[in-house]
Amino acid sequence: MGLSTKVGIDLVRLGKDLEFAPADQARVKEILARYPADQRASAIMPVLWLAQERFNFLSQEAIDLTARSIGVPASEVAGVATFYTMFHLDPVGKYVIQVCCTMSCSIMGAERVFAHIEKKLGIKAGETTPDGRFTIKKVECLAACGYAPMLQINERKFDERLDEAAVDRLLDSLP
Amino acid sequence: MSLKRELIFFAKIDEPGLTGIDVYKRAYSGYQAVEKTLGGKVAPGDVIDIVKASGLRGRGGAGFSAGMKWSFVPKDSPKPRYLVVNADESEPGTFKDRELMTKNPHQLIEGIILASYAIKANVAYIYIRGEFAWLVPVLESAIAEAKAAGYLGKNIQGSGFDLECHVHLGAGAYICGEETALLNSLEGKRGNPRLKPPFPAVEGLYACPTVVNNVETICAVGPIMLNGADWYRQWGTEKSTGTKLFSVSGPVKRPGNYEIPMGLPIRTLLEEYCGGMLDGYTLKAIVPGGSSVPAMLPSQLDTPLDYESIAAAGSMLGSGGCVFIDDQVCMVDLALNVTKFYRHESCGKCTPCREGTHWIENILTQLEHGEGTMEQIDQVYGICDMILGKSFCALGDAAAMPVMSYIKLFRDEFEFHVREKRCRVNRRRAELAPYREAATAASQV
Repeated sequence: MGLSTKVGIDLVRLGKDLEFAPADQARVKEILARYPADQRASAIMPVLWLAQERFNFLSQEAIDLTARSIGVPASEVAGVATFYTMFHLDPVGKYVIQVCCTMSCSIMGAERVFAHIEKKLGIKAGETTPDGRFTIKKVECLAACGYAPMLQINERKFDERLDEAAVDRLLDSLP
Repeated sequence: MSLKRELIFFAKIDEPGLTGIDVYKRAYSGYQAVEKTLGGKVAPGDVIDIVKASGLRGRGGAGFSAGMKWSFVPKDSPKPRYLVVNADESEPGTFKDRELMTKNPHQLIEGIILASYAIKANVAYIYIRGEFAWLVPVLESAIAEAKAAGYLGKNIQGSGFDLECHVHLGAGAYICGEETALLNSLEGKRGNPRLKPPFPAVEGLYACPTVVNNVETICAVGPIMLNGADWYRQWGTEKSTGTKLFSVSGPVKRPGNYEIPMGLPIRTLLEEYCGGMLDGYTLKAIVPGGSSVPAMLPSQLDTPLDYESIAAAGSMLGSGGCVFIDDQVCMVDLALNVTKFYRHESCGKCTPCREGTHWIENILTQLEHGEGTMEQIDQVYGICDMILGKSFCALGDAAAMPVMSYIKLFRDEFEFHVREKRCRVNRRRAELAPYREAATAASQV
């Protein structure tokens, strides 16, 4: 193990191939059309996003599917998938709660909010509730520092200067 | 807050329906600059000259002349050219581009058309950070509207100039705010920075001439082309012209984004615009340009907010992310928080940054928890010095500069940690205490 770098990441294997539905295959074509014909690798990130949306997280099979759909080596796709923090390499809950804990949010009480969420859901950072509803993550700056502390749930932002009561209301209101 | 928002970007930023092209056209004289420039067949070289004359400088952090950057694109290159908008806004303390794109996406699209025309790029990409996924439909809808109105696509305004614009979503990596890492990411690679030279203007995206500009920089191009360079220079100082957005955070009465003329004293921003610190909070330190810049002291509050004055005061204007820090924040704790960020975001390509940030975090953790020694304070400073200017890209500097400045300005707090084995002040931890007690109580049941 190196000092500060992860050495070797074991991707989750489902044991069966994944496929995109015809509508998603059409979407892949649209994505490829945004980039020059000889620069297919540019489609890796957008297609990984699509695969993650469909299959919850990026398994070895989701990475193989992405590679196959674009026509690039799976190793290249795996390199990209493991570099960016928003690509999930393990299953996540229906709601991924991302609490910003960087500078301004930290000064304004982000850790307090995070501790409250941990306590409320009974899980720790990076974990998922047993019913598969919530995953909680401490994340780096989400560019909403003036409204700190803030959090984001999946792609929806909540930056209303949260406190414990606001977090309770928010989590209890989710369908 | 309306009294101070009547400049270029924020003149009518809260106009209802501004994300739509009709309201943009009415409220901001939208697309008139495109009609005037492309429709009037102003030569691309003249566009570059006007932007150069305006003094507009890159708003992403480096502050390099935008017109100059455009002029580095080789005139005779047979390769395609690209404009890439850096919408990867990730510098902690900065949230201005988010507001510009959320509320007024057409101003960005108009700037993209003008900048692409100037450098003769037929394709533009907006590289937007993954966390802003909810903004993609806003931008794509603006692009579609502009295209339907004949401002994008083939033969724009009868100029013979074609332009397509696409949005490319990142996936969580601070390093992709660095322009060469961003280009690698856009090419479908890991976001590692590239060696410069060659600079992107010569060999950028797909090894073709490319200009990478920040959102705020591009947004300023429309107003400049419509009203002229002298109009833009009515604000600011001789070398730092125009207006700039400052994102204010920390315990102030009215945090948020403010558009101010360059050269306004920090004190005016804090006291008049933001209403001062919250009652009961005393200012201890100022971070004027995002988490990566050296801190300043309250005694420097009269420093004008422009590139030169802030540099002369020992810090950097950076992205304009202005964090006001109160006297109940422990600077050792804050140094650790900032270091954790840069350690996490270091791409791992070069040793000084990868290992240096790791060791700074390691030692600061010991200091924070009262397990450190006086020698370790100097050791942290020394490691920072081994990163500063010696890492592959600017991320290493960004990690080193704040920590060095906190030690320099607040060494007594670091020494207190060694001597007393606790924070001298820590509002954050004090507020955490009830949870700690509850957790301890729960574990004992």
